[in-house]
Amino acid sequence: MPDDIRALTAQLAQDPTSLVFLRLGEALRQRGQLDAALKVALQGLSRYPHLPDAHDLYARILADKRDYAAAFDEWDTVLRLAPNHVGAHKGIGFLYYRAGDREQALHHLRLAAEADPGDEGLRAAVERVAGGREIWEEGAPAQKGEHEAGPPPGRAPAQKGEHLQGPPPGRAPEAPFPGLEGALERLLLVDRDGLRLGGALRSPEGRDVSDVAAAALDALAREAARAARLLGLGEWSQLTVECAGVHLAVQRPTPETSLLAATAAELPAGQLALYADRAARAARSWLERIR
Amino acid sequence: MPNYQPHLDALTRIRDIRGAMVVATGDGLVVAEKLMAGVESQPLAAMAASLAGRAADLTERSGYGLPRFLQLQCADGTLLVATGGPELVLVALAGRDAPLGLARLELLRLAERLA
Repeated sequence: MPDDIRALTAQLAQDPTSLVFLRLGEALRQRGQLDAALKVALQGLSRYPHLPDAHDLYARILADKRDYAAAFDEWDTVLRLAPNHVGAHKGIGFLYYRAGDREQALHHLRLAAEADPGDEGLRAAVERVAGGREIWEEGAPAQKGEHEAGPPPGRAPAQKGEHLQGPPPGRAPEAPFPGLEGALERLLLVDRDGLRLGGALRSPEGRDVSDVAAAALDALAREAARAARLLGLGEWSQLTVECAGVHLAVQRPTPETSLLAATAAELPAGQLALYADRAARAARSWLERIR
Repeated sequence: MPNYQPHLDALTRIRDIRGAMVVATGDGLVVAEKLMAGVESQPLAAMAASLAGRAADLTERSGYGLPRFLQLQCADGTLLVATGGPELVLVALAGRDAPLGLARLELLRLAERLA
């Protein structure tokens, strides 16, 4: 075991509440010990669930493990906690770049560069992704050979055939819940007018009730927000509705959308919340991609 | 008129349950209540009835039937509503430290007796 990892491990063992887990996790990640890094990151996250750097570390490990969708979710969480987080903008920029969405990649890399103007490598990455069109107010012009688009610094280049779950540039992805079980029968995403954006809902008899449910869903989410406000309960996060055979969870993935997730009544209540959280993250990622 | 007080007493004995009430779903009127100081009766009854109505609208349109239980999870507390028959709901307002699993079970048990 290298000395630095040994020292950091000892430090963390001595004080498990220490933030040294961030350095230890990063050191392990950089040495390619991804499972050990993951364990450290998850332990840290369990202690500090609202620490942006802990989510950032977790996201970097997930990206190294090529779980790009989960990495995107984590960096998305970081930006909710810390909207100017450089690492998260770099990470999301990298993922968009991989997915072929140069415009979104550039948007996030620019935000990262603005937040950390001293990072020359980042500026160069922005110029590369911009295809040489990027003009910095006092930066040197792009060198010959740098005009070819490349990945942001510190990341492995995209490999042939590998894609984030996102679409080719300029085309909207087909569904907001790719890979999620029940995406076309138990998950529904609607806009503020009660119009279906994606997913579908089926009645117990198998009838498609997506549009009628969509029309009622936004009204229910608004009522939930009104109740929370008038009763002084703060921001609402989820409304659970239990019927005889099905349990429903309503969330707002973004201020403009409502999500309905349904599970069989036999499933433990905690699983419904996990399912809805996962669908909400997928919906946010999808909305981010198609904007 | 049935005596609802034992139901409300049972609910408010649970830790950090700040109030409980029986509400008529049609008009949101309070039938019986037991609230801690600072919890306002009318807004709680009105919002619980209204939320239950909206939820029923969605579940009935979708073919799932009437809801039997609602839980609105918020940053500073939780609103719990259980259906006690076609015209009544049992409502509880929980603080952040309330054991929600226990409160849910108790609410469902008592609501069954109301039905």
